[in-house]
Order: sequence, then C-alpha cells, then structure tokens
Amino acid sequence: MTVGSPERDTRDSRLTDSELQRQLAVTWGSAGGLWNALSNVDHKVIGRRYIVTAFVFLALGGVLSLAMRLQLSQPEARFIGPDRYNQIFTMHGTNMMFLFAVPVMEAMAVYLVPLMVGTRNIAFPRLNAFSYWMFLAGGILLWVAFAIDTGPDVGWFAYVPLAGPQYGTGKRADIWAQMITFTEISALAVSLELVVTILKQRAPGMALNRIPLFVWSILVTSFLVILAMPAIMIASTSLILDRLVGTHFFNPAEGGDVLLWQHLFWFFGHPEVYIIFLPAVGMVSTIIATFTQRPVFGYLAMVMALITTGVLAFGLWVHHMFVAGLPRLGASFFTASSMAIALPAGLQIFCWLATIWWGRPIFRTPFLFVLGFIFTFVIGGMTGVMVASVPFDTQVHDTYFVVAHFHYVLVGGALFPLLGAIYYWFPKFTGRMMSERLGKWVFGLIVLGFNLTFFPMHILGLQGMPRRIYTYQPEMPWGGLNMFISLSALILTTGFLLFFIDVIRSARHGKSAGANPWRASTLEWATPSPPPCYNFQRIPVVGDSTPVWTDCEVLTVASGLRVDRRELLITGVVDASPEARESSPDHSVWPFWTAIAAALVLIWSIFTPWAVVWGAVPVATALTGWFWPKGKPEDES
Amino acid sequence: MKEIVVLDVSPLTGHCDGSASPAWWGTLAFMLIEGTGFALAIVIYLYLMSLAPMWPIGVGPPDLGAGTVMTLLLATSLIPNLLVSRWAKQRVTLKVRIGLIFMSFFGIAPLVVRIFEFPAMHIKWDHNAYGSVVWLLLGLHTTHILTDLVETLVLTCLMFTRHGDNPRRFGDVGDNAMYWNFVVAAWIPIYVCIYWVPRL
Repeated sequence: MTVGSPERDTRDSRLTDSELQRQLAVTWGSAGGLWNALSNVDHKVIGRRYIVTAFVFLALGGVLSLAMRLQLSQPEARFIGPDRYNQIFTMHGTNMMFLFAVPVMEAMAVYLVPLMVGTRNIAFPRLNAFSYWMFLAGGILLWVAFAIDTGPDVGWFAYVPLAGPQYGTGKRADIWAQMITFTEISALAVSLELVVTILKQRAPGMALNRIPLFVWSILVTSFLVILAMPAIMIASTSLILDRLVGTHFFNPAEGGDVLLWQHLFWFFGHPEVYIIFLPAVGMVSTIIATFTQRPVFGYLAMVMALITTGVLAFGLWVHHMFVAGLPRLGASFFTASSMAIALPAGLQIFCWLATIWWGRPIFRTPFLFVLGFIFTFVIGGMTGVMVASVPFDTQVHDTYFVVAHFHYVLVGGALFPLLGAIYYWFPKFTGRMMSERLGKWVFGLIVLGFNLTFFPMHILGLQGMPRRIYTYQPEMPWGGLNMFISLSALILTTGFLLFFIDVIRSARHGKSAGANPWRASTLEWATPSPPPCYNFQRIPVVGDSTPVWTDCEVLTVASGLRVDRRELLITGVVDASPEARESSPDHSVWPFWTAIAAALVLIWSIFTPWAVVWGAVPVATALTGWFWPKGKPEDES
Repeated sequence: MKEIVVLDVSPLTGHCDGSASPAWWGTLAFMLIEGTGFALAIVIYLYLMSLAPMWPIGVGPPDLGAGTVMTLLLATSLIPNLLVSRWAKQRVTLKVRIGLIFMSFFGIAPLVVRIFEFPAMHIKWDHNAYGSVVWLLLGLHTTHILTDLVETLVLTCLMFTRHGDNPRRFGDVGDNAMYWNFVVAAWIPIYVCIYWVPRL
C-alpha cells in the first residue's frame, strides 16, 4: 500500500506541542464567513447547530402546547377554532417527535460520540452536514406550511382514511408526509455515521467492553433507526402516492387496507419511543457514574439491557392497535411482549440505584435531573404496563390517560435526562459552567410543573375525557382539573424560560469550566473545553473503561499521524486495535447544495410526480460535485 | 493533561479498503437500510395478498418473459462484476476501466428490460391495490438500478482522469461492486414475489 510522499509526510511525532497544535488548527480549522459556515463539516459545529435548532423547535412546540392549554382551560372556550386546533395538536406532536426528540438525541451523539471514542471527526462528515441541512429544511417546510394555514391536521400519526385522498383534501397531509421524508433521511444518515464511527474509529484499546455506556446506547439506537425508519419512509411514500397518483394502498374499496397504515406506522412508531429513550438512558448512566464517582454497577447487564430493549422494541407495535379489532391471540402476544420490555428497563433502574447506593452522590443539577427522571419514569413505566393490558387499554384508549402516560415516558424518560445532560456537557460545549443556583430552580420548577400538569391527566382520562377535542361542554366534570392543569403548565413554562435564560447567560458570562469540571471518567473530558477543531492533539490510547480516572494527570496517546492532512485512526471492530491511518474529508459546500436540490425535489413532488424525474438531475449533479476528488492531501492514500 | 506516547502509528498504511474501511461499513449500513425497505415492500405485498379474496386482483399473473430475462441478465452481470471487484483489489487500472465500461452497460440493459416488465403486469398502479404494490416493488428496484448506474458512470469517468490511479478509487470500485451484488440479490425475492407467488 502506498504511503504519502516523504516531503509531504509530516508526522506529529516530530513536533512540539505548540507547533503540533498550530499545524492541526490549520489543517482541521475553518475560517469565518458565510461560505465557510455553509461548508463546515466539523461534527462539533454540526452537532451544536443541531442541538440549538432542535431546542428552537422545542420552544415552538411548547408555545403550541400553551395555546392548547389556554383553549382547554375552561369549557366551551373560544380562543381557537376546531380547524386551527387540529393543526395545533398535530403540529405539536409532529414537531416534538420528528423535529425535537429524535434530532436532539442524535445531535448530542453527533457532538459527543467522536469525542467519547477519542477520534477527530465523525465518519462521513459531509453526510453529517447534509443531514443537518435536510433536517432544517424539513422543519422550515412544516412551520411555513403551518404559518400559511396549511399545517397538517391529521394527528402526528396521520391515520388513514383521515389522511388519505378522500378525507384529507388539500396539501396538509402531504406536508406531513414529506416532512417525514426530510427528517428520516436526516436521521438515517446520522445513524449510519454513528454506527461506523463507533465500530471503526474508536481509540486504540477501546475494546467493546470499554465503550462508554452512552456510546453503547447510541450504537443500539442507531441500529433501531436503521431498521425502523424505512417503515415510515415506505408508509409516507405510499400515502403520498395514494394522494398524488391514485394508488390504492390504503383504499379498502380497491383491495387496500387502512390497518396496513397503522401496522407500518407503529412498526416504526414504537421503536421510535426507544430511539428517544435509549440515548437518555445512556445520558443517565454517564451522569450517575460521574456524580457518584464510581463506574455504573453491572456494566455487562446494562449493555445487555440496552440490546434487549432494542430487540424487544420491534415486538410491541400492535399494542398501539388494541382497539383496531385484531385477533385476540395476536393481542395477547403483544401484551406479553409489552410487559416483557419492563424487565430490561427495571434492570437498569436497579443497576442505577445500586450505583448510587454504593457511591457518594453529589447533588448537582445534572444529578438532580437524573433523580427526577427515575421518579417520573417509573410512574410512566407503570402506566405503560397498565395500558399493555388489553381490557384496560380498551377503556382508556384515546383518552387523556394515554396523553399522561406518554408524556411521563417521553418527558420524564427522555427530556429530564436531556436537560441534565445539557447541564452536564454545557461546560464541554462552551467552556463555561451553567448556574448551579438557577439550575436548581429550573429543576424544581420543571419537575414540579410537569407532575402538576400531567398527573391530573391520568384522572381526566379515567373520567373519560378524550384526547384531541378542541373543547368540552360545561356539564362534563372536567372543568376544574383542566383549569388546574393549564395553571400548572405556567409553572412548567417558567422552568423552561429560566432554563433558556440560564443557557444564554452562561454561554456569555458563565464561570470558566476548565477541561474536566465534574472529574468525569470519559475521554471527552481529556481535551480542553470547548474542544479544539481537531478534538485531540494526539489520539488517546485506552487501557480501561474509565481512562480519565486511571490517572487524572496523564493521558496515554498515540503518535505518528500526519498533520498536513485530516488524518485519523481506523481500528478493529472488536478490540479497537489500530488498522490504518485514514483521511477524513475536509470542508465542502456540496452537501449544502445537495440538500438544497433534494429539498426542492421533495417539496416540488408534493405537487407533481414529474418533480422526481426532473429534480433527479440537479441532485445527481450536486452528488457528483460532492464525491469528485479535488486533488487535496485527503484524497491521497 | 500530560501526554505519554505509548503507541507509534506511523508504520500503518495511509488508507484502508475492504472490510477495514469505513466506506465498506457505510455501504453495508446503506444496504441494511435499503434491504429493510425492500423487505417491508414485500411484506406489504404479502399482507395485501392475505386480505384479498383472489390474487392478483382483477387480472391474471404477470407474464414471465421480461422478468425472467431480467433475472438471467442480472445473474450474468455478477460475473463481470466479480471480475471488476477482483481487478480493483489487484489495482489493475486498465482492466478496471474496461470492466467499469462493461458494468455501465450491465446497468443500462436491465433498465431496457424493465420497460417491458411494467406492461407484463397487465395492470396500472392506479387500478387497484395489487397494481399499486407491484408497481411499488418494480419502481423501488428500478430506482436502485438507476442510482447504481449513475454511480458506475461517474466512477467510470473518474477512472479515466488523473484521479483514477489511486488506491482510494479502487476501494470505491470495490464498494460499488458490492452494492451491485446487493441490487442483484434484492431482485431475487422480488422476482419470486411478483412472478411466482401469484402462481402458487
């Protein structure tokens, strides 16, 4: 195999630290300006953009929920009409699931995984940039459509026939379906990058049994995305085809079937819950280890629980369809599997409790959010076991009980750990600490506000209040609790407002963090905060699962990488033994142009199928520009 | 933190291909994504079939001719594909160039046969759910032939430029050959599903 020509063969081993840093900054860095911003492929820059964008969508989705709470605060309120209300609850669910929850978890992984496995950039960094632009375009499409009164109004799962050509006239359902395409392309791309980064770019010595638990959770999540998201892509494409060119996938009159939609949607939709939840589990494990200052109890059991959850996630989808009239035997099987998934979840909870029990807990804000998570998620998990039972589910299906259940699971199970994770990794992202005092207020207001808002919904559901109604009559016994919930939502909102204020304020004026403010054990803390564009001055060499704890002052590293091109180490899948020095693609504006071309095709194809034919030309052109070698050192071998 | 160098990676090669390379794993992951898509499309076919009182709905089974020619053609294409892959591994520029030109033709030929496959279904996509699903299956597979063809054409052009004689390009050719194997392999269950399942 060829090695680079000797005159260009500049190795880091010959350089002093300051000279090495200077040369790496030249090779891996990017100048300012719009053009460079559009071309940037640094995983930290893309990850940061993803996180900020996702939180903007969270805020927008939050405003929608406040609008709904205003409307429902009293019987027969007249703030919002039924049509707008349909759009609002659809937008809220769609936005929170597709534009916030999944992307923000992937975003955290995009930023953190390359650092945690000790490499210099994510695998396929240009695909990473492309995925962000696609995500952004999908989000803009959805929100612009909503602003011009064309927001989808068919629920976040867009059941047919309501979303089909017969009842879903206009373009609202098409906007939903095509937004799915945008976000799924983006999620699939990121998952692929993460799988390859984790399998092939780990620091030497980071064998499978030394991978941080957060990285394990992301690996399992990425496989879930890869295996689950094609289902929704096929489903939404079939829906668009039914609506645009008159196919009959979901039309019973011509041999189609409406339940086919539900099967396809939930075959994706249930794993989706774990796509959101598993990264949160990884965050919890990371935070618990740091704030008890000991490794998580039962590493192997934790990894096995993650994998088991991932596998079982594909055997649960029918429990969303218990009232659809399926055969009883099928329903019983899915009851059993739905209850079975509580086992790995329970196992993890016990491992965390054991870790806290044996450790010396430090009650800082990230850890508080983890405690809030354990409390809230256990409630959500238990109502999950309740609705896994067919008779109970039949009673509460489509009521506020279900609304309460999934908010407990998603907000308690994923958003609380995420907020903890933001407090935890914010110093790494920005080099500054968030406020501990404000953090405790944020924690208190959000956890209290959340429980006051959502716990009464269980009762409302048991009292028979259906979801997705824009108003209710004064004779119904729901008025008092609804007013209580709406007022409690204000407490929750105050907590989020404080959180955003804390983030913005701390990013500018927060206390300087230093490289490892929490005395954590994983590799992202072995480099300055915020990390330089090349992540690590030299690639770390790992001897155990807590490399930064082994010796707080010393980091074992590898030398011999070239500094005149973006070079990183490729290692073996199982034992992470070094296999090659490989180049990493440099900045390019082509992913941006490809995303623009792809976005035009997707939006155009809402109106005519010919868009796919003519639009393929600019997409193919942009892709060719993307892959065509530019004769740079990165193209050498 | 103070750094202690414990490993010298300079003797390692500056590029890797085959199962060592990230591109190989990336291609594999793409195949997993798309394979799942194909599998689901077949599941839709079987699901709709299980509901229909008679299958195919309203028409007879598709004519076997075009589909069988397609199957034989794709199976034959595996031979030059295998050779290109081998030559790429050996890094023989001339043979790879010629092989890629061959493979470009083997990408175009199935598209020509496909033109005859759609009418062989005796049904349009908007006639009933059976028509919809067979057109979906054929359309999905056609998209894959098309994308691989475009990739092969670009790669062929690239091999005739100054960028061609580079281990990195040979790795690309190897990955492209692997992807074509996938396109061929994916066709077999689709062929059985479309042409033979209605005859059971």
